[in-house]
Amino acid sequence: MGYLDHAATTPMRSEAVAAMTAELERVGNASSLHASGRRARRVVEESRERVAASLGVRPSDVVFTSGGTESDNLAIKGLYWAGRDRPDSRTALAVSAVEHHAVLDPTQWLIDHEGAAVCFLRVDDTGQLDLDGLRECIGEHESLLGLVSIMWANNEVGAINPIAEIAEIVRSRGVLLHSDAVQAVGWVDVDASLVDALTVSGHKVGGPHGVGALVIGRDVTATPLLHGGGQERDVRSGTLDTPAIAGFAAALEAAVSTQVERAKEISTLRDDLVARVLKLVPDAVLNGPKDTTDRLPGNAHFTFPGCEGDALLMLLDAAGVECSTGSACQAGVPQPSHVLVAMGADEASARGSLRFSLGHTSTSRDVDELIAMLGPSVERARRAGLTSVPTAV
Amino acid sequence: MRVLAALSGGVDSAVAAARAVDAGHDVVAVHLALSRNPSSHRTGARGCCTLEDSRDARRVADALGIAFYIWDLSERFKAEVIDNFVNEYAQGHTPNPCIRCNESIKFSAVLDRAIALDFDAVCTGHYASLVDREDCRELHRAEDVTKDQSYVLAVLDQQQLKRSMFPLGGSIKTDVRREASERGLLVAEKPESFDVCFISDGDTAGWLTSKLGAQPGDVRDITTGEVLGAHEGAFAFTVGQRRGLGLSRSSADGAPRYVVGIDTASNTVLVGLSHMLDVDEITTLAPRWCGAPPVGEFEALAQIRAHGEALGCTVLPTNESIRVSLSDPVRGVAPGQSLVVYDGTRVIGSGTIGSTRSSRSPNAREFPMHASGTSA
Repeated sequence: MGYLDHAATTPMRSEAVAAMTAELERVGNASSLHASGRRARRVVEESRERVAASLGVRPSDVVFTSGGTESDNLAIKGLYWAGRDRPDSRTALAVSAVEHHAVLDPTQWLIDHEGAAVCFLRVDDTGQLDLDGLRECIGEHESLLGLVSIMWANNEVGAINPIAEIAEIVRSRGVLLHSDAVQAVGWVDVDASLVDALTVSGHKVGGPHGVGALVIGRDVTATPLLHGGGQERDVRSGTLDTPAIAGFAAALEAAVSTQVERAKEISTLRDDLVARVLKLVPDAVLNGPKDTTDRLPGNAHFTFPGCEGDALLMLLDAAGVECSTGSACQAGVPQPSHVLVAMGADEASARGSLRFSLGHTSTSRDVDELIAMLGPSVERARRAGLTSVPTAV
Repeated sequence: MRVLAALSGGVDSAVAAARAVDAGHDVVAVHLALSRNPSSHRTGARGCCTLEDSRDARRVADALGIAFYIWDLSERFKAEVIDNFVNEYAQGHTPNPCIRCNESIKFSAVLDRAIALDFDAVCTGHYASLVDREDCRELHRAEDVTKDQSYVLAVLDQQQLKRSMFPLGGSIKTDVRREASERGLLVAEKPESFDVCFISDGDTAGWLTSKLGAQPGDVRDITTGEVLGAHEGAFAFTVGQRRGLGLSRSSADGAPRYVVGIDTASNTVLVGLSHMLDVDEITTLAPRWCGAPPVGEFEALAQIRAHGEALGCTVLPTNESIRVSLSDPVRGVAPGQSLVVYDGTRVIGSGTIGSTRSSRSPNAREFPMHASGTSA
C-alpha cells in the first residue's frame, strides 16, 4: 500500500510511542500537589522545555492545547478579543485567503457575530502571500488592525511564506502576527520568535493526535476560550494530558533535530515523483511554487485536466494508493478548493486536483506504487469525467 | 463483480449492500448528495438526504468494511427531478418524482458514472426481483407485495436492468429489519421514509406555491360552467381530489364534487360528479420497455399508482404510446402519473399518462381538455 497523505497525518515516531506509552501506565494529575502529581508535572514541564528549545522560544511561551484547530481558534478569537478590549480598541484583523479552515472559520465567525472588520489577503498564483496586498491592508486599517494571521506553509499546495519579511512588515507597526506552522514544523526552519503566536500540531510531526501547542509570548494577552482550573497560564484551562504531551514533545524534537537531512531526502523523492507524474500524464499541471525552495519538501499537488479529483481519488484508493484532494468538504460534498480558487484557478481545475504528500516514513516504493497505478486511473477518471457533465432536460 | 452500492442511510440499502458483500462481490458504497443545502437531521419519517443520513450511510459502510464516497448529484437532481416536478404540476399534471429519479439519476447518471469507473453493477435497496432468462433479464414484483417497488423501476430498459442488483427482491421487510439488527447495523430501527424526499414538511401544495407563486383562478362546474369557488393555484389540485376544494357554493343537488380536470390555459379547476372520473381508456406518452418491445394487441394488467391494484386490460403498444382499454372503469386517473404494464408479476414496460377517456359515458370527454405541451 502506498501512503501518500502525510500532510493529513503521518505515522507516529517510535520516540513518541515510547514516551507516550510509558506515561499511559502512570497515575498523576500535573496540577496535584502530591508525589504523583509532581512526577507528572515534571514530565509536562520537561516536555515544554523540549518543545520550546525545538522552536527557539522560552518554555513559558508554550501553551499546550488539544491540537492545531484549538491553537488557531485561540490565536484568532483570543487575540482579537484581547485587542478589541484594549483602550485603543482594535477591531480589524487580516488573514490570508488560503488559510486552513481552522483560521478562516473563526475569522468568519468574528465577522458574523462580533462585527469584526477583516482583510482577506491575496496570494499569487503559486499560493504565496502577496506582500503588496499585505502592505495595502495595513496602510488602510492601521489604527484598527490588531492581528494578522499568515500560515507558515500552505497545507494544499505547499507554498512557503517569507515569514521573516512578513514579520518585519506587520510587527514594526505594532500589529500582532500569528502563524499556523502546522505543516511547516519539521520540514523547514521554524523560528517561533519571529511571530507573536505560532500554531503547532502533534500528529503532523509524528506525535499523537489530540495534542498541540500555541506558542504565545508571555507579554501577549489572549482571552481564553476555555475557562476552568487555570492551567497553562490561565489561557487554557483543562487537565494536562501528560502522555500526549510527552509523545508530542518527543516527536517534535525528533522531527526538528533531523529536519535538514530528512527535508533533503524527501525533497529529492518528491522531485522524482513530480518528474514521473508529468512524464506519465504530460498535460498534468503542477500547482504551487515551481522553485522547490519555496515549497514544502513532501508536497506535490497536481491538476489533472478532464478528471474529477474525487473520482481519481476513489480509483487510486481501490488500487491501494492513498492520497487526498486536499480540500475540505461542505455538507459531506467535496467543494472546489478555496486555496486553488484564491490562486486564480477556475472551478474545473480546482475540482480536478489531487495532493500527494510525503513524510518521514516515505520511500521510493511509495512513489513506484503511485506511478504504477496512476496511468490507468487517470484514463478512467477522464472517461468518468465526461459522463458527469450535466445534461439538458 | 465490482458493485457500486447506493447507500441512502436507511435500513434497506444497508442490508442490500451487506448481502452484496456476502455474495463475494467487490463492493464500494456511495451516498448521493441530492440537496445543496441538506438539513442537519431528519424529523420523523419525512425527507431524506440529510447530513445525519449521510453519516448513517458512512457508518454502515465502515461496519461492512467497504470504501465510502459521497457523490454530489444535487445539480442533476434539481434539473431533472425537482424542476420537472414543478413544471409538471404547473401544467396540471401529477408527476411521480421517484420514477424520474430512478430514470435519470440512480440508473442513469450514477450508473453511467459507475460503468465509466469500471463497476459492473449498481446495487440498491429497492424491493423488486430480477429474473435472468436465456436472452434477457426480467423485472418482477417483489416477494413482499406490501413493499413492492417494481412500479417505480418500470422505466428501466434492458441495458439498465442488466447492470442492476436488487438483493431485497426475495425478502419481506420485517426480515430485512431483523437481519439489519442481527448484523449490528444501527440503522435497523430507522423509520420508513415516505412522501417526496425534497419536500421535508410533506406540504406539497405549500411547497409548490413557494416555487410557482399564488395563481388565483376559478373553480368551475364542468357541466353548467358555473363558478363555484376560487383557488390560489391550479397546481395544488389533482384529478380525483375531493377535499380542500374550498367551494363557496354547494351544487344544486348537494352531491359531492370532485376535481375532474385542470384547464391550464384558463387556470381553471374543473369539478364534477364522481361518475365523471370514471375512465376506461388511458393513453401514455412514449413508452419504455424493459425488454423487446411487444408487438400487437395483448391482454395484460395495468397499474396506475405506486400502491394501486393491477387492473385487467387490453394493451395496444405503438412506438409513440401505450393505449390501454381497461376491463372495468377506474376512478381518478391524473395525467403525469405512470402507467405500468404487467404480465403476472413481470413488468413489461411503462409510460407517462398523457390522456384518459371514458368509452361508456354518453358525453365522452377527453382530458386534458386543452392539449398542453408535455415534457415527460
